[in-house]
Amino acid sequence: MVLKLNLIIVKFVDYFKALKKLETEILARIQFALTISFHYIYPPLSIGLGLLMVIFETLYLKTKNQDYHHLAHFWTKIFALTFGIGVVTGIVMEFEFGTNWAVYSRYVGDIFGSALAAEGIFAFALESGFLGILLFGWNRVSPKVHWFATLGVFLGSMFSAVWIVVANSWQQTPRGYKIVGEGLHARAEIVDFWAMVFNPSSVDRILHVWFGCFLAGAFLVLSVHAYYLIKKRHVEISKMAIKIALVVATIFSLAQLVMGSRSAEVVAEYQPAKLAALEGIYEENEPADMYLMGWVDEKNEKVYGISVPGGLSFLTHGDFKTPVKGLKAFPEDEKPSQVNAVFQFYHVMIVIGLFLIALTLYSCFLWWKGKLFDKKHLLYIFIFSVFLPQIANQVGWFAAEMGRQPWVVYGLLRTSDAFSEAVTANQILFSIILFSIVYIFLFILFIYILNKKIQKGPEDESDDLDMSHEHREEIAEVLMRKN
Amino acid sequence: MEAFLGLDYPTIWFLVVGGLFSGYGILDGFDFGAGAWHLFLKKEESRRLALNAVGPVWDGNEVWLVIGGGALFAGFPVFYSILFSFLYIPFILFLIFLIFRGIAIEFRGKEPMQWWKNAWDIAYCVSSILLAFSLGLMAGNVLQGLPIGKDYSYHGDALFDFINPFALLTGFTTLFLFMAHGAIFLILKTKGLIRMKMKAYLKISMGLFIVLFVATSIYIFIYLPDLTSFIRTNEWALIVPILVILSIANVTRLNARKKFFKAFIFSAITVALMMGLVAMELYPVLLRSTIHPSYDITIYNAAASIKTLKIMLIFVAIGGPLVLSYTIFVYKTFSGKVKIDEHSY
Repeated sequence: MVLKLNLIIVKFVDYFKALKKLETEILARIQFALTISFHYIYPPLSIGLGLLMVIFETLYLKTKNQDYHHLAHFWTKIFALTFGIGVVTGIVMEFEFGTNWAVYSRYVGDIFGSALAAEGIFAFALESGFLGILLFGWNRVSPKVHWFATLGVFLGSMFSAVWIVVANSWQQTPRGYKIVGEGLHARAEIVDFWAMVFNPSSVDRILHVWFGCFLAGAFLVLSVHAYYLIKKRHVEISKMAIKIALVVATIFSLAQLVMGSRSAEVVAEYQPAKLAALEGIYEENEPADMYLMGWVDEKNEKVYGISVPGGLSFLTHGDFKTPVKGLKAFPEDEKPSQVNAVFQFYHVMIVIGLFLIALTLYSCFLWWKGKLFDKKHLLYIFIFSVFLPQIANQVGWFAAEMGRQPWVVYGLLRTSDAFSEAVTANQILFSIILFSIVYIFLFILFIYILNKKIQKGPEDESDDLDMSHEHREEIAEVLMRKN
Repeated sequence: MEAFLGLDYPTIWFLVVGGLFSGYGILDGFDFGAGAWHLFLKKEESRRLALNAVGPVWDGNEVWLVIGGGALFAGFPVFYSILFSFLYIPFILFLIFLIFRGIAIEFRGKEPMQWWKNAWDIAYCVSSILLAFSLGLMAGNVLQGLPIGKDYSYHGDALFDFINPFALLTGFTTLFLFMAHGAIFLILKTKGLIRMKMKAYLKISMGLFIVLFVATSIYIFIYLPDLTSFIRTNEWALIVPILVILSIANVTRLNARKKFFKAFIFSAITVALMMGLVAMELYPVLLRSTIHPSYDITIYNAAASIKTLKIMLIFVAIGGPLVLSYTIFVYKTFSGKVKIDEHSY
């Protein structure tokens, strides 16, 4: 009788421990999702604006047209804002692996750690170092040196994207490693550095991420300058900016279709369970459709939606009839459980991508006809489209990361085994609340300051006179000091 | 064990990480230190000058934290994971204050209202003080060791463990060291009233630092004798604490002679020497287990594979000189006294 009671008590305690553990895991995941999503608003904007700033400054150097100088100057201020918030939220990410994912950190330290170290030494230092000149050096260095600094910041930001995508890609398609140790002491060690860096998904995903960043930047430029045109302010300069941003947006919307496809092919080959979830494919071994949009009924394991019959088979095998492995073919604990969420995020991204292609091609057509700035409705669409690449960038990552579950390193380490044992659910709740408060505050500030800068706008011809007056004073000062 | 230039790879990497965090301490040290004085400056012009001294360089300074953290993650993943998960609350607070400080710097100048500027001034100053203090607090906890059990398990009270007498002592010691360091930086970069104030504040903070440094050393001798074992077995190491004292003395001497650039150099050297002292007190154990020595985290059992350490040393060899050269380039571009222009904070 006593033995039975003991057994029941032990079972209860185990159950509570398991519940607490689950709580801790979910909270750790929620915190990571919150911090990374907020962070991810900013680096893509910085990278995208970086591209446009380099273009504006190059055009200024080549044509000596003051308008390009004004554009570069204006967008640098916006860039400074996005960059600053990117840095502070990024530092949180770097250490969050240690605080909340200690087991994961020990497991992937060799690999993820070295990618992060490379990101720090080669990329961050480059960006941050030249940032000072970019922001404050307008009057202290020659236009050529300033252009070089802008390029340095842009290339640094591109390079840092490389390393973080390499690290994440290794989690998706691990290569170039061996596992040593067992249980809580198990870890992955590098066997081949280049195989780890150029794992099957890295290159496609790097390009996919870069293009998503360029779109984020281009559409912000389009949005702001379309707003100016509606308000009939900074008209000439805005027309120039819109044309440049439109070219960037068009090229990379189309390119993104290619890269997105390539990335999906990689998923099809190396992460079949994720592919099945992305498209809601349940049947074990049948030709599979590719959906445009739909709804996954997880309980009944069916999908309702608009689809291309056999489309997924075509993507995966080049043939509409070849079977694709569905979710039923995988053991319960080796496939994502949140199928509908993964499906929705993935398809929202695709629909946005297709819309952006349509929008940019239509706009280019109007441009060709000389009617680009005549259509007010187009300007309004540009204004609101700024959200679309942002949403696409976020949900694309949600699909990628949630689709990888239950793994944090695909096939090797489970998310449920990877979080920090030392951190209790209450502590995570505390930090989630703190971060939420700070980040909400930060976001409000971001919007407020962004709006102020936009309302102030770029300098235009009337400011040129003041500018040259200041320059004359500076030159006089320098001459006086020399004497 | 494989060696390079007579040192094994974990030791080399220990030195690299130590170097990176020393660099970080020197740079964000003057940053936090300068910020800690902010509310002592009453005039708008002084505050603006102080902010603009830090403005162009704070982001680049924090890159050293990013690189140091990355090096720690990559080189000693076990130590990285235990340090940040065991010291969860203080470290999360450190991150929150870091965010607040960066934002305060960036946003203070954006609006003309006095209440706006005052609010951000308070945020900037308080964050700077707490950041400097918490670095010292965490260092103190690392020196004392943590309740690490079998399989990296945690056997402590997460909420209060990290607040203990020694950690509070090291917290204040670090705070005053950074405030002295920051004061010299401000003296170098400004003219006028703020400069005069900083000269007086420098003496105060320097004095406090010296007193607390001595107190910390005495505490270690009496209560944490393990930490002195490296110095005792390697007599040459005794020179480091002596150099710390000489360096501080030199800073005071150079200050009196108005040689502020040299004083700043020696202040930086003092910070580096303090890091060196901490490194020697720890080596080769990174985190002592207060439960049982067999659970100690050493540079050997915390390290990544030798292959990874070698790869990363190549990164450092290539990247290090690059980073150093463009850091110097940027500091040179902004050398001289702070000027407020249309691009300023």
